[in-house]
Amino acid sequence: MIDNIPLNSFLVISTLMFFIGIYGFLTRRNLITMLMSIELILNSVNINFVVFNKFLYPNLLHGHFFSLIVIAVAASEAAVAIAIIINIYRNFKSIDVENLDQMKL
Amino acid sequence: MNSYAYTLLIPLIPFFVFLFVGMAEDKLKGKLGGLIGTVGLGIATFLSYYTAFKYFITDHVHGTAYTSVKAFEITWLHLTEKLTINLGILIDPISVMMLIVVSTVSFMVHIYSLGYMEGERGFARFYSFLSLFSFSMLGLVLATNLFQMYIFWELVGVSSFLLIGYYYEKPSAFSAAKKAFIVTRFADLGFLIGILILSFTTGTFDFQTLVDPNGPAISSAGGAAFMGLSLLTWALILIFVGGAGKSAMFPLHIWLPDAMEGPTPVSALIHAATMVVAGVYLVARLFPVYALGGPVALEVVAWVGAFTSLFAAVIALTQTDIKRVLAFSTMSQIGYMMLSLGVSGYGGEEGLGFMASNFHLFTHAMFKALLFLGAGAVIHAVHSNDMSEMGGLRKYLPITHMTFLIACLTIAGIPPFSGFFSKDEILVAAFHSNKILFGIEYLVAGLTAFYMFRLYYSIFWGHDRHYHHTPHEAPLVMTIPLMILAFGSIFSGLLPFHHLVTSDGLGFDSHIDWMIAAPSILIGVVGIAVATLMYKTENSRPAAVAKTFSHLYRWSYRKFYIDEVYLFVTKKIIFNYISRPVAWFDRHIVDGTMNGIANLVVFCSFNIKGLQSGRVQQYGFVFVSGVVALVLIFVYLL
Repeated sequence: MIDNIPLNSFLVISTLMFFIGIYGFLTRRNLITMLMSIELILNSVNINFVVFNKFLYPNLLHGHFFSLIVIAVAASEAAVAIAIIINIYRNFKSIDVENLDQMKL
Repeated sequence: MNSYAYTLLIPLIPFFVFLFVGMAEDKLKGKLGGLIGTVGLGIATFLSYYTAFKYFITDHVHGTAYTSVKAFEITWLHLTEKLTINLGILIDPISVMMLIVVSTVSFMVHIYSLGYMEGERGFARFYSFLSLFSFSMLGLVLATNLFQMYIFWELVGVSSFLLIGYYYEKPSAFSAAKKAFIVTRFADLGFLIGILILSFTTGTFDFQTLVDPNGPAISSAGGAAFMGLSLLTWALILIFVGGAGKSAMFPLHIWLPDAMEGPTPVSALIHAATMVVAGVYLVARLFPVYALGGPVALEVVAWVGAFTSLFAAVIALTQTDIKRVLAFSTMSQIGYMMLSLGVSGYGGEEGLGFMASNFHLFTHAMFKALLFLGAGAVIHAVHSNDMSEMGGLRKYLPITHMTFLIACLTIAGIPPFSGFFSKDEILVAAFHSNKILFGIEYLVAGLTAFYMFRLYYSIFWGHDRHYHHTPHEAPLVMTIPLMILAFGSIFSGLLPFHHLVTSDGLGFDSHIDWMIAAPSILIGVVGIAVATLMYKTENSRPAAVAKTFSHLYRWSYRKFYIDEVYLFVTKKIIFNYISRPVAWFDRHIVDGTMNGIANLVVFCSFNIKGLQSGRVQQYGFVFVSGVVALVLIFVYLL
């Protein structure tokens, strides 16, 4: 099935996802939303890895493994980030990124 | 080490007293600080007398020359192999003589001040400063080398500064202290340059090497020349500038009259008997170098001394502040000593002037300290320095009156008082050297007798003034030093100085030359007679004389406008044309550059500080824009 879809379609999707992620990261005030934007960026990269692997080196699995590593990193990053966000919430009673422009409390 | 090693204690005792009294000042109640200082100095005085006895009498083999002994020496600063600075103690005739002078007068002043300074605020502080001064002065006279002398020279300057400014709440006192310090410090610059040149040409600071007639100093006399005079002569002249500053020689004398703002015992100790003769001592210390190596420098010494003695005597004629009269008289007498050194030759009878100078230094210390302490007793009684507020005091202050009269007769050169002998030797020395100098000194002798008796009659004769309370004689603690010093003034003239203190250490025979002594007594008597005529009873004669010589009178009264000249030169010329532009340059160019750099940095920081806002999204935006820009550059431009 995947053989019927042209490469460009995948790339358009991943590019859109990437820039939506960037946009979300730069404009959203909420830390959770920013975290979700980062997930979008990472997933757009995963799509690229898988697609390029499939179209360029069908006999190899390097791209797949890379995307698995990225998924693992994203999972742990999400855990750490949410822990940080919870701590920030405890200190600031808010998770608005606008408030986080100081190096100390 | 040798049998004189104990002399180290002589300066050190006052030093430790200074430290102790100075630090424990607040805890020493009443007169305790003064008593500690007096006892400490008493021990130092005793040791000085013992040293003199030992050096001049028991250790001396009759008929041989007095040698100089280095009692103690350590290397204080080791700079290079060739350049070291030592501290030590040198015992020779003039240093032993100065030991006696300094310790005696200082001891008398210590005792006297117990009465005079009673109840003053900072009584213990006064004594700690006195001890500091005694330490510095004793260290100065015992110095083994020029550099040590320079160190102690500055120390006496500091203690003089502290003591003149003792009443630091009085503006006139602290400005006088500053003036004294700045003027002498200015002169010391000459001294320092002189030391550097002298040690550069000779390679040593040590006195024993310097004054050796076959040593490097004197043999360098014919060395490199600068402006027609040898380097050695220049060095000696510059050293004399330092001495002239300390000894208040014209034109560096302006600080001495103002220094009278200090307490009277201080004036007696520092500004009459000891510190101001340091210049004479300095020239005497280096005398062989002056006499054999730089006769031109010696001539400068003679003329400066002669001019100062005349100049100061003329000013003293018209002053009305009793301490200022004495200050100018001191200048005049130091001029005598300088002149006497200046006309002296080296060795044997030729060295008469050298001997006379030291002799006069010795007798002068006694009678001038006596005069100042007597003046202090008078001021103590009437609470004023002004002669016009005194009169008829001889009934109230019998002891002060008698001792003051003795001192006046001594300074006027009336036999058999000591001043006669020493002044006579100076006049003989001057007569054999230069008739003009002799003439000046002869005239000054008359003027001295006149102004001293003018002072004497104005204070003790005439009618009573309106005193706040009946003047009373000073307490015993003040009159005893007066009596001791009066004793010294009468009898110190009988000391055989021509056997003890001579230029080459060998004694020679000296006798009174009546051809000169008789006229000098005569002019002294004439001076006294004129003063008696004018001032014994109040009459119109002084006013009439002042009117006849009104210009001269005014110039003398205004001290020949030297202070005004200095003020003009410093304020109008140096401040306006040198200091102001330099200050402007400093403030605007030097400081301006530095401030400009600082302002630039501040300006830049303010402007770029917005970049570090701490907003994550802003950073992210910059980062992304950078990436996009780089991508565009790499894709489309490269």
